[in-house]
Amino acid sequence: MTSGAVITNGQRADAGAAPAAPAPITMAKALNLGLRAAMAADPKVLVMGEDVGTLGGVFRVTDGLQQEFGEPRVIDTPLAESAIVGTAIGLAMRGYRPVCEIQFDGFVYPAFDQIVSQLAKLHYRSAGRIRLPVTIRIPFGGGIGAVEHHSESPEAYFCHTAGLKVVACSNPADAHLMIQQAIRSDDPVIFLEPKRRYWEKAVVDPRPLTELPAADTTELHRSMVARAGTDATLVGYGPTVRTCLDAAEVSAADDSRSLEVIDLRSLSPLDLTPVLDSVRRTGRLVVVHEAPSNVSLSAEVAARVTEEAFYSLEAPVLRVTGYDTPYPPARLEDHYLPDVDRILDAVDRSFGF
Amino acid sequence: MLSVTEVMQLLTPAGQRITVASQAMSPGPSPAGEPCPPSANAAAAGELTVADIDLPAQIADLTDDDLVGLYRDMVLVRRLDEEATSLQRQGELGLWASLRGQEAAQVGSGRALGAQDMAFPSYREHGVAWCRGIDPMAILAIFRGNSLGGWDPAEHGFALYSIVVGAQTLHATGYAMGMARDGSPGAAIVYFGDGASSEGDVNEAFGWASVFRTPLVFFCQNNQWAISEPASRQSRTEIFHRASGFGFPSLRVDGNDVLACLAVTRWALATARAGGGPVLVEAVTYRMGAHTTADDPTRYRAPGELDAWRRRDPIDRMRAHLGAAGLLDEDRERRLAIEADACAHDLRTRCRSMPDPEPASLFDHVQVTDTGLVSVQRSAFTAAPGDGGDGPYVQGDLDRRSGLVTGETRVSGQAW
Repeated sequence: MTSGAVITNGQRADAGAAPAAPAPITMAKALNLGLRAAMAADPKVLVMGEDVGTLGGVFRVTDGLQQEFGEPRVIDTPLAESAIVGTAIGLAMRGYRPVCEIQFDGFVYPAFDQIVSQLAKLHYRSAGRIRLPVTIRIPFGGGIGAVEHHSESPEAYFCHTAGLKVVACSNPADAHLMIQQAIRSDDPVIFLEPKRRYWEKAVVDPRPLTELPAADTTELHRSMVARAGTDATLVGYGPTVRTCLDAAEVSAADDSRSLEVIDLRSLSPLDLTPVLDSVRRTGRLVVVHEAPSNVSLSAEVAARVTEEAFYSLEAPVLRVTGYDTPYPPARLEDHYLPDVDRILDAVDRSFGF
Repeated sequence: MLSVTEVMQLLTPAGQRITVASQAMSPGPSPAGEPCPPSANAAAAGELTVADIDLPAQIADLTDDDLVGLYRDMVLVRRLDEEATSLQRQGELGLWASLRGQEAAQVGSGRALGAQDMAFPSYREHGVAWCRGIDPMAILAIFRGNSLGGWDPAEHGFALYSIVVGAQTLHATGYAMGMARDGSPGAAIVYFGDGASSEGDVNEAFGWASVFRTPLVFFCQNNQWAISEPASRQSRTEIFHRASGFGFPSLRVDGNDVLACLAVTRWALATARAGGGPVLVEAVTYRMGAHTTADDPTRYRAPGELDAWRRRDPIDRMRAHLGAAGLLDEDRERRLAIEADACAHDLRTRCRSMPDPEPASLFDHVQVTDTGLVSVQRSAFTAAPGDGGDGPYVQGDLDRRSGLVTGETRVSGQAW
């Protein structure tokens, strides 16, 4: 395996030489520590968004940052998503590294032109003269019983756009590492945070990026094996990595199947090396995400695995996704979201070929 | 309900220099309403009138050569614009967006800018580009299809053209915020039109720039037409009135008066640089040509309208003024015409001899750090026969050729 550390149950196995073993922290706190480290490391890093300052963000991800770094660097903005991204572009042209927060996935669409037509294209349009190191943090996905527009999975729109990089963290350690790497990237990064995993805890090496051993071994755009296995491969990202790990646990106990779980981490560019390696060993692949299936990440993974590992496949690539409906009312979301049963049904189908 | 202040002027359409502030004229063919009293404090939010700004004082330093220079700028820019239109008609450009009629608004405001300032254009600001030292060929290259934006914004203080109307107002707002943070002595100016004033981005920029008091001049060239839609389809109020609702000052200037455009932009930039926050300038002008070479304005404009605006032509006006002042004689006019023709000839020669970009350059600068996908596609593309890639793109085939797929073997004997 070429892609660095193995993580198990969301916890980096080789997180290694942390000086003192701290208590487990939530993903929200891990992101907060990562943001704090990035701001301390570079005075050009700004945090901007709705309610990110005094309140500390509706999920408290930016809690305390304004007190620590001051109002000029942690900006409560008007409620204007297009302007949040559009002015971040201008600030980046001026040499700043803005970190924008879009409060919820469903609120990103007013900023769509600025992201897709401006942020993604200005480097190309300028023949490389303009660099836009802008990070756009978006809490995404469902599972928290929210009202409409607060549970969506918009990643495919951004993955489809050349010029953007798109990543999704799935666990506290990655959240802490990846947010710092995203901010340091000279390209714009859409940073997706699985909001229903904000409160899941793990031990995180709290050191800043420059001192993190994981930073050397794990690039931002690498996918990783989250659980090693031999019989079939599950691929997820963001919120569904945990669901896949749970499915693997159940499958091992109930069916004596050894399922390998791969966390994509980077959605654009896709790093399919561990997936192809895995499929060449297992011959079976199930891709899992909350977003609808039509023209989705799973479609891309299926197409490329079919192209590149066709003779290794024992069964068609199968997908477990949200349905091709609008996100339903929260009382129905348990039916909409991929769960362990649906994943294991797909695994069974895969073995039926 | 609608209150319209006078339009700021320093030259009458006949070219007569206005030296007394209260001599401002009505804007002419554009809709005009009733005058409203001047605001008491120029720095406060509200509409500014000639009583608030000593316009003549803003350009009191101009020498005779400076005045002739403004005229020369306008003549050369119009000549280059005409040449570009011809080149489009002859198939050398895919499209051209003519600035004809807007030379005074662009040269006046463009010459108000200093090296420390940053301009954010829309896509018709060829006159501002000229003032910022952009090679006109770089602009033609965009319309020829050779590039998407061929200059260094930082070097020229002139951002890239922005085709999605209004989007650049937010970039300018953010950039101006950065200037203020950096303690820059400069200000930003952003150009947009009457059509763009309806865009959400422009209105978000108004609110944002006002709240953060960014050093930014919103320069709206109201050229009366957004392709086929008149300015009255964009707004029930004069565009410059909108600033007061956002809490920052605004004014309206005769956009065909190069001296007034220079004066008000100097004033607005100085206000912005001094920490006074944004200013909205509405320059009332007219798009004398089509929206672009793909447009036919006879389908939507009344026949007499262009004639009315021809009598307010920005170049004729300045020529009349300079002639009356004894600054422009036949000899100087003839030499200027020769210079304009030479510039046009040079542009034509360079345009026609401009080679197409290298095919593989389409993969350049997608990102600072290329993704694997772009690298792989570039490799396959450059390896393709003929180097132009006339075969269909096939991902799997491409991956094999690029060596991405190696050692692929069946792990079992069972195929499906």
